[in-house]
Amino acid sequence: MEKDLAVKTRTGVIDCDVHHAVPSMAALYPYLSERWRDYVKEHNIKSLEPNYYPRGNPLSARPGSEPSPGALPGSDLGLLQRQVLEPWSVQYAILHCLYGVQMIHNEDLAAQLAQAVNDWQVAEWLEKDSRLRASIVVPSQNPLRAAEEIHRVGKHPGFVQVLLLVRSEKPYGKRYYWPIYEAAEQYGLTVGIHAGGVTGYPIMPVGWPSHYIEDYVSHAQAFQSQLISLVSEGVFVKFPRLRVVMMESGFTWVPSLMWRFDKNWKGLRREIPWVDRLPSEVMRDHIRFTLQPLDEPPKPEILLKVIEQMGSDEMLLFSSDYPHWHYDEREEALPAGLPVDLERKILFENARAVYRF
Amino acid sequence: MKKYVVAMVDEIAPGQRKIVEIEGRSIGVFNVHGAFYAIRNRCPHAGAPLCEGVVSGFVTSKSPGEYIYSRQGEILRCPWHQWEFDVKTGQSYFDPAKTRVRTYQAEVEAGCSLVCDDGTGMAKGPFVAETYQVALEKEYVVVVIE
Ligand code: FES
Repeated sequence: MEKDLAVKTRTGVIDCDVHHAVPSMAALYPYLSERWRDYVKEHNIKSLEPNYYPRGNPLSARPGSEPSPGALPGSDLGLLQRQVLEPWSVQYAILHCLYGVQMIHNEDLAAQLAQAVNDWQVAEWLEKDSRLRASIVVPSQNPLRAAEEIHRVGKHPGFVQVLLLVRSEKPYGKRYYWPIYEAAEQYGLTVGIHAGGVTGYPIMPVGWPSHYIEDYVSHAQAFQSQLISLVSEGVFVKFPRLRVVMMESGFTWVPSLMWRFDKNWKGLRREIPWVDRLPSEVMRDHIRFTLQPLDEPPKPEILLKVIEQMGSDEMLLFSSDYPHWHYDEREEALPAGLPVDLERKILFENARAVYRF
Repeated sequence: MKKYVVAMVDEIAPGQRKIVEIEGRSIGVFNVHGAFYAIRNRCPHAGAPLCEGVVSGFVTSKSPGEYIYSRQGEILRCPWHQWEFDVKTGQSYFDPAKTRVRTYQAEVEAGCSLVCDDGTGMAKGPFVAETYQVALEKEYVVVVIE
């Protein structure tokens, strides 16, 4: 089956969401300035592992993805090559480093750590395997400094995207964040919004939930909010070449959001006159979604219906979401029963059209 | 083609409207900066009395945060779901080709020409007989129904 897939795709799969991990804070020491290296040591900051996928939680890591007992899944290049790049005959894999940089309240420290993580990504990953690409980690606490970081590393061909986390301090459409989009657009980078982020606001607009499952399932709402904000505030009018990729957002909610958004735009568009066409059209042109974790309808044909209702077969990008555990057999990452053309689009064509490989 | 006298000119001031009934249809007659326009009082969306809506301007933009406000008094907003229609053409903002309201020709005629008309093409509008004593020196708003 894995071989089948490789034959099917020939040019190789593009995996748009793979996670590598900073093994420990010490791994970043070589990339920190002396002042901040000592700061981190003296404050005994051992890790900024954000715990979005708590250890021991069954979604968190596929069995066998720990490089050694106790080591973080995704922290070893060799294992990642063997478990993702080779079996999938991956042409490109886009790495997303989920590290707690965006959660730190001291923006100077956050900016330093973002730099360190990016330099670490270049040295330890991008320069070691030409199939790897990565997202630039930015201190989104301060969008101007985030833009500076994009300018610092944006020309490196290994970076194809800027990483933001879906839980933000303000809705991402706000002009406050525009320096990030301006810089991303300038270098032809997409903006990838990934699940996660901790800002002090509850994931649910109604208050704090009690359980991990509530937090996990509610993420779709946060993505919807960001999407509504990005379109309404006119980000894609201001930055017409910008594309936003939503990662781990799910996408089966997209048709109903499009319908609701379009319907209300017809009556309320005077508030946002720069949105001069249906919001669903803007979404089709500018928003993409990674495949896994998939909201899996009970029958494959329902999924096809959803894609039909999205009104575009160009919005979905293949992702394994390695090492997170959402499906058992590797080939199940791609849902069964898709027409061959659509499979090709999801597996690599759509990604090629969006990212600057 | 039939013509209906629906109002005296000074009865509908600029920015105002009058809703009349002609041949069983409800029609709004609007004075936009001194010119008259007639449009069916029925929204193509869900049938609201469109002509009871707010008349406003046209808001557009080239860039977020920038507002271009034009055509004041020419854009009619449905009272139910706020779809916008051009009073002059009946076209909707978001789907001008398909979502539109019927418009009718409205014109101003002098009482003299109405009275002097010997009956050709001039039907008695609902108000001609009851309401309007057409006076030679006054002007009237006339709606033309094809
Ligand atoms: S009835 Fe007019 S907009 Fe809905």
